Amino acid sequence: MATEALRAPATAPAKPPRRRGGGVRGNETIAGWLFVAPVIVILGLFLLLPILMALWVSLTDWNGQGSPFTGDVPFVGGDNYTRLFAEDGLDRRDFMTSIRNNMYYVGIVVPVQTALALGLALVVNNRMLKGKGFFRSAFYFPSVTSSVAISVVFLFLFANSGAVNKLLGLVGINGPEWFADSRGVLHLLLGAVGVDTPPGALTSGGPFGLTWWDWLSGPSVAMVSIISLVIWTTSGTFMLMFLAALQNVPVALDEASTLDGATRWQRFRHVTLPLIKPTMFLVLTLGLIGSWQVFDQVYVMSQGDPAKTTLTPAYLSYRTAFRDFDYGSGAAISFVLFLIIILLTLLQRRVMADRDEPRRARWWRRRVPEGS
Amino acid sequence: MAALTDRPAAPVARRADRGPHARFNRILGYAVLIAFGLVFLYPFVIQLGNALKTEPDAAANPLSPIPDPLTLAGIERIFAGTNFPLWLGNSLLVTVLVTLGRVFFDSLAGYALARLRFRGRAGLFAAIIAVMAVPGVVLLIPKFLVLKQLGLYDSYAGLVVPLLADAAGVFIMKQFFESVPVSVEEAARIDGAGVFRTFWSVVLPMARPALITLTILSFQGSWNEFPHSLVSVQDPHLFTLPRGLADLVSGSLGKGTQYPLKLGAALLATIPVAVLFVIFQRYFVRGANEGADKG
Repeated sequence: MATEALRAPATAPAKPPRRRGGGVRGNETIAGWLFVAPVIVILGLFLLLPILMALWVSLTDWNGQGSPFTGDVPFVGGDNYTRLFAEDGLDRRDFMTSIRNNMYYVGIVVPVQTALALGLALVVNNRMLKGKGFFRSAFYFPSVTSSVAISVVFLFLFANSGAVNKLLGLVGINGPEWFADSRGVLHLLLGAVGVDTPPGALTSGGPFGLTWWDWLSGPSVAMVSIISLVIWTTSGTFMLMFLAALQNVPVALDEASTLDGATRWQRFRHVTLPLIKPTMFLVLTLGLIGSWQVFDQVYVMSQGDPAKTTLTPAYLSYRTAFRDFDYGSGAAISFVLFLIIILLTLLQRRVMADRDEPRRARWWRRRVPEGS
Repeated sequence: MAALTDRPAAPVARRADRGPHARFNRILGYAVLIAFGLVFLYPFVIQLGNALKTEPDAAANPLSPIPDPLTLAGIERIFAGTNFPLWLGNSLLVTVLVTLGRVFFDSLAGYALARLRFRGRAGLFAAIIAVMAVPGVVLLIPKFLVLKQLGLYDSYAGLVVPLLADAAGVFIMKQFFESVPVSVEEAARIDGAGVFRTFWSVVLPMARPALITLTILSFQGSWNEFPHSLVSVQDPHLFTLPRGLADLVSGSLGKGTQYPLKLGAALLATIPVAVLFVIFQRYFVRGANEGADKG
């Protein structure tokens, strides 16, 4: 680096100085816009413009033939949206099913991957263990591979007589036919405690065209295999984020609390956890945002089957547009999904910000007198 | 990173290192590491083993990593029976072009946002940050629409051009350029070098670590890219590897099980990124944490 610094001025004096003072600033305005122009053009053309175009299409009945921006395409206003929420029919049932599926998916993926990532980071960060570098890489490697290629591997692992069922067989469990099994996990658990037929109160009605019994199904067995795949591939990335945060926790602080007689759990709870809170917020938010976007795995592994129990809004919007050629509905689903993701992000930001301040203050109030 | 992990153990910690309690803890720690190491790596071992098996063997002993008998029939059929070589070529072309484009355009924009003073810079940066928050999957239909409208659908241009710049890369480069001392550039500028010349021959050579990070992120991202190829092309001659693989499994080609073939194809598609990962691991780690900084 030092040699570069020396070489550059040495070559320059060949040219006489041309611009000084105000000329340089004027030059910078033009140069600045020229430098960012390619990025503006690409992001504008392939990100902002398409969003506006899709917003228009979501208000039409375009079927994919010709251009959606001619007078021939029927304008339907908010119909595509109201059909998703207010009109009883297949569209709403499919959409609500996909929302249900994704809620269970998020409900399991986000807490489990966060806990696993934090746990792995704590073990890998342990001063007393050797060979941590290797294990850190091993845990992270699945995160960098192709989602499609990994889905192929997991299709094999979760095949009817595949590796997972062979493993379950070793401990005497008869594994299910993972990708053919649409039974909800909660329904199965209820069945295990003797509730085989749904109570009438739950089947007679419910919000948005699905019965309460349907809403309470839990993720299907097929969805569980996709959930395991996603947790397996994403935990490594989040582990790295936790690891970076843990390495910023001062060792002295940990040791001081050990001397104070704090147990391992107390140290984790009252020393480590408050210090890595920003990272915790980040991991939860990224997890929440990411898991409403699940698409590749569904496309490769299940295509929404069996019995639509692995349908997610992202996949449903794709299928509605590109398989059923109902681009208006598909775009409408995309925008609802867009809204969900943004609302969740804002909501969680607020919750974390509110909880962050008082707790940290409390912790200091309690800790400082003890330590001094 | 090494400097951070290999901190000298303080006296307290060393006292805790001794005794049966500490030994038990260490054994427990290793047990956890090894158990999860198996969970995270064994699927790849199984993949490799079963790619080299015969079909009945893979169906009967999926858990065993050892092929009995060992056969290359599955691998041979990847090249003889599918369009794999074509997908590979398309993926290489797309990845190289996208990586070059991203590294060049993102550093240009990152440099301008970090160093050049021009009207609208703050607003532009805010827009880039906002763009990073747009979830990729909601862009499937929008991208398809715009590619159709521009006449780029079903072409190499449609596969490549929309990916030529990304907001996250601009962000990474901006952060890096802000950390470089200004004095060197100022010297070059006072000596009369133009803005682009200063950028190209003075600043960019100093940005090697960030450029490597960005190159690796772009390579990995575009090599693995699936949804974009799904909505930008439908001609099988334009399929990239992930698209071809997905078709092999779920689409028109998905007849029968043929696990050795599918696992082998997935394995071959994983190898380039795996090799990069082994060589440039610390840049991958840096990339992951750059992602963390932006939140």
